[in-house]
Amino acid sequence: MTYIPHSPKERDAMLATIGVKSLADLFQAVPAEYRFPGLNIPPALTEMEAADELAGLADANSTAGDDLISFLGAGAYRHYIPAAVDHILQRGEFYTAYTPYQPEISQGTLQSIFEYQSLMANLTGMEVSNDSHYDGATAAAEAVNMAVANFRGKRGKIIVSPTVNPQYRATIRTYTRGMGLTLLGDDPNADLYAGPEALENLIDNDTALVIVQYPDFFGRLNDFTGFIAKVHEKGALVCVAVNPTALALFKTPGEMGADIVVGEGQPLGIPLSFGGPYLGFFTTRKQFVHKMSGRLVGETVDSRGQRAYVLTLTAREQHIKRERATSNICTNQGLMALGAAVYLSLLGKSGLRQVAELCYHKAHYAAEQIAKIPGFGTCFTEPFFHEFAMCGPAPVAEINAFLLEYGIIGGYDLGQDYPSLKDHMLIAVTEMNAKEEIDTLVEALREFAGEVDNA
Amino acid sequence: MTNILPNLKYSDTDEWFDPATGKIGLSDYAQSQLSDLVFVEILVEPGDAVGPGKAIASVESVKASAEVYSPVSGKIVAVNSDLPGKPESINADPYGAAWLVQVEGGDGKGMKDAAAYGKHCEERAH
Amino acid sequence: MPEMTLQPEKTATVVEPTVFELSSPGRTGITFPEPDVPFTDLPLDLLRSNLPLPELAEVDVIRHYLRLSKFNYSVDDGFYPLGSCTMKYNPKINEDTARLQGFAGAHPLQPIETVQGALALMYQLQEWLKEISGFTEVTLQPAAGAHGELTGVLIMRAYHQSRGDHKRVKMLIPDSAHGTNPASSGVTGLQVVQIPSDTRGNVDLAALKSACDDTVAGIMLTNPNTLGMFDENVVEVCRIVHACGGVVYGDGANLNALLGIVRPAELGIDLMHFNLHKTFSTPHGGGGPGSGPVGVAAHLADFLPAPLIGIVEEENEEEDIPPLYGFVTPAKSIGRMKAFHGHFGMHVRAFTYIAMHGAEGLRDISEYAVLNANYIQARIKDVYHVPYDRICMHEFVAEGQFEGSSVRALDIAKRLMDYRFHPPTNYFPLIVHEALMIEPTETENKGTLDAFADALIKIAEEAKTQPELVKSAPHTTPFGRMDEVKAARELVLCCWLPEDYGDE
Repeated sequence: MTYIPHSPKERDAMLATIGVKSLADLFQAVPAEYRFPGLNIPPALTEMEAADELAGLADANSTAGDDLISFLGAGAYRHYIPAAVDHILQRGEFYTAYTPYQPEISQGTLQSIFEYQSLMANLTGMEVSNDSHYDGATAAAEAVNMAVANFRGKRGKIIVSPTVNPQYRATIRTYTRGMGLTLLGDDPNADLYAGPEALENLIDNDTALVIVQYPDFFGRLNDFTGFIAKVHEKGALVCVAVNPTALALFKTPGEMGADIVVGEGQPLGIPLSFGGPYLGFFTTRKQFVHKMSGRLVGETVDSRGQRAYVLTLTAREQHIKRERATSNICTNQGLMALGAAVYLSLLGKSGLRQVAELCYHKAHYAAEQIAKIPGFGTCFTEPFFHEFAMCGPAPVAEINAFLLEYGIIGGYDLGQDYPSLKDHMLIAVTEMNAKEEIDTLVEALREFAGEVDNA
Repeated sequence: MTNILPNLKYSDTDEWFDPATGKIGLSDYAQSQLSDLVFVEILVEPGDAVGPGKAIASVESVKASAEVYSPVSGKIVAVNSDLPGKPESINADPYGAAWLVQVEGGDGKGMKDAAAYGKHCEERAH
Repeated sequence: MPEMTLQPEKTATVVEPTVFELSSPGRTGITFPEPDVPFTDLPLDLLRSNLPLPELAEVDVIRHYLRLSKFNYSVDDGFYPLGSCTMKYNPKINEDTARLQGFAGAHPLQPIETVQGALALMYQLQEWLKEISGFTEVTLQPAAGAHGELTGVLIMRAYHQSRGDHKRVKMLIPDSAHGTNPASSGVTGLQVVQIPSDTRGNVDLAALKSACDDTVAGIMLTNPNTLGMFDENVVEVCRIVHACGGVVYGDGANLNALLGIVRPAELGIDLMHFNLHKTFSTPHGGGGPGSGPVGVAAHLADFLPAPLIGIVEEENEEEDIPPLYGFVTPAKSIGRMKAFHGHFGMHVRAFTYIAMHGAEGLRDISEYAVLNANYIQARIKDVYHVPYDRICMHEFVAEGQFEGSSVRALDIAKRLMDYRFHPPTNYFPLIVHEALMIEPTETENKGTLDAFADALIKIAEEAKTQPELVKSAPHTTPFGRMDEVKAARELVLCCWLPEDYGDE
């Protein structure tokens, strides 16, 4: 009864008003043979006991920032989150509100989403942003929905670069089941050293969308300007999946001519939290706004002449368009979008650039040091941001087990997704990795190389 | 008061058809039910064959969304390409500037005349 | 065309500037340390020319968002009887447990040996959800209710196809179902067939029977439905659909009525999503994040999205070695619904919540949620017409219109704000005219419910005596009714730094 405020006397008075004798009498419509099954769930804990139990479970994890050093990225990144971000998110006025369907009493949520949309449009170099998707992977899948709707189903081919995050590619495959589309390019055995041009011969007049990643899954930066122009010649759309931190420094997909930009917003002030909740962002050009799914906030005025904000173009959405809707998304990541907006407002132009530069310099320092170790090397030559593929003298699992002994969480095993990258590890370095940590990693890898050599 | 023009034919789903010109649009009753239109997309192109049940346009208002179906069989000869730029004209001038498409070969047989359609609208007003 | 007089556009009053308007060149809310490693040259041809983000000090940011927060109504602020949304109180301890460093700091791809606490929690939550619902297997991956529905529909399709049954293209959806169901079916290419309700608010069995044939993939059943009615024939509904080879999907949005009351799987439902952000009190966050785990019966378990949390090495009691939790991929998995393993932060909150209730507490939740709904219904039904007048579950639907008054449900909703209540859901379900859908939840006391019922009764009176007062409401909120047409036609969706920003 922890959160149920009724006294027995109040309960009885209420039952009398309803005209039934007991609480159980309220459930006559439930078939008697299945009614009140009795649940095998342990007795209730008090708050004090629950706090203790949960602390115990949390302590059973070892994490970076606690007792480990981590070089793991592959779609989720450890960044410094300014204290102010969580102070805002913990305001009950924000986190215990519902979707702002009643704008008169939801301007806090509505204006902050409007600002989020504006921040994301500015960051990605696009014209409009929606109010978020579940994560980067589902945002990429929604790009497919939008492109198919844009061509009213007349184009049935989707090209996905093999260097797009494998989890995004897997999600796109699941989402497109039953849509009758042809997915091409999504081939882990493709030549990963080839540039985006390698996809060009797959693109034809039946192609609705081409999806590429920037930086790609291996951290590489490609200028897609020429490629996007080629795709546009065939009339298809281009979606670029991006890392938002990288956009503080590097040319935006907007500048390159992209039609849709999606990505994982977790690096923007959202904790790793074992994979979620994160934030899928989605920006596009104004001409596509009616085909974009997800909630959208627009500026207007209220009856008193005040500038205000409302959910707009709602007739695109599932609750009105019903079976004709292009997406069924309803609840999205409102609070995470607020977190990203607060993060971007705090860091601003100079803070975000500083973070990106720190990531860049530290990752390059790490790559350079690792490349000096006998048996280790970096395998791609293109410019990269804060993540790079490293090849080693042994299976990644072996190296990572060795590193864990030193309290280091090594990189992501690329061999899981790409047969040709067996023995390749994806290393991520952010502003959170002090030089000392990088040196510790290099030292441990050197030691590993020595052991392999001696074996 | 719902405006119903005597020279047009009407479908049960509130499309009008002008037998003289072959134009198709949404009735005054339809626009008033949908309220303020904010988006129109014409789904067919000149040369396309249309028939009853074939969606020719998709419209969205501030609170509703609807497909517009062809009430007649025939071939599209023109679409109103100005309309997507000003969906509000469906509210302002549903029988004039807001025609959607023009069809060749349709005869409007089986559609309601103004009187029958007026009755149809009245019945639904309750 | 009506005569239009051109009036000079009046500039709207700015109540709170945007962060872009508050920006001032050279400010920042945070600085970072200088690099402790040597610099590496940047690839000049790849750099962006300009980063047009706002510049604010920390105090500017805090004051801005604090001012904005004051414009919001929230559960922490007051009663929120929003039908089908289950806006119950969100316990504060859940916010603390989700933020524990061992949880918040864990990377989703860490070696499983380093995240046994997180995996054990997820495993236990799967087990508890199975126990509550009666299903054989549960995935925690879906990110929200609608995402769970999509997962469920994809599982239904995969199940039929795995049996070589390719002709099932129809999804039956009762007219009292949850609003997202048609879209969830439509996006996977299924045709939606609507099934009417009978006069008691149950699925019309005759209509159901005649719609059932070998082209039916299944039914999406919301029970209790959006009228707040428990379907008295639910077992028969499942039987009829099963008889034609269809699968029964249960929309778990209304599970807050059924904890410890009945296990949906035992009624014949084959799969169902949970809304952790409704039933298990994870906060709504102003529109998410949610969490939409899906439970399935044994015959559908192989199709669940990957990965699930399982025991990959059994416990060894003799040597006192605990089980090793890890990831398991079902044999015929539909694949991945999103990156990583679901909204873990929400899993922690729901776990804390269930642990603090236990079996008895869970049943209390549903009993008191149903008590509260019936109490409000009893208090107002002489004034507001309740079209399906029987004992309701956790919510009920009344009509927001009165004989001889032009006041509509929308006006009543807006007027409730003047009495400091959040309005109920209105205009849904579509089968009730001027619907007001009221779900009080179990966490509200009798005093609050009485005050709410009194306000509704007072508004009914005002609707007759002072209709204009109701129709122009709200009057006491910081903002009035919105010009939604302007928003949709002018489409201002973003703001930017002023063009002359930074010019001295």
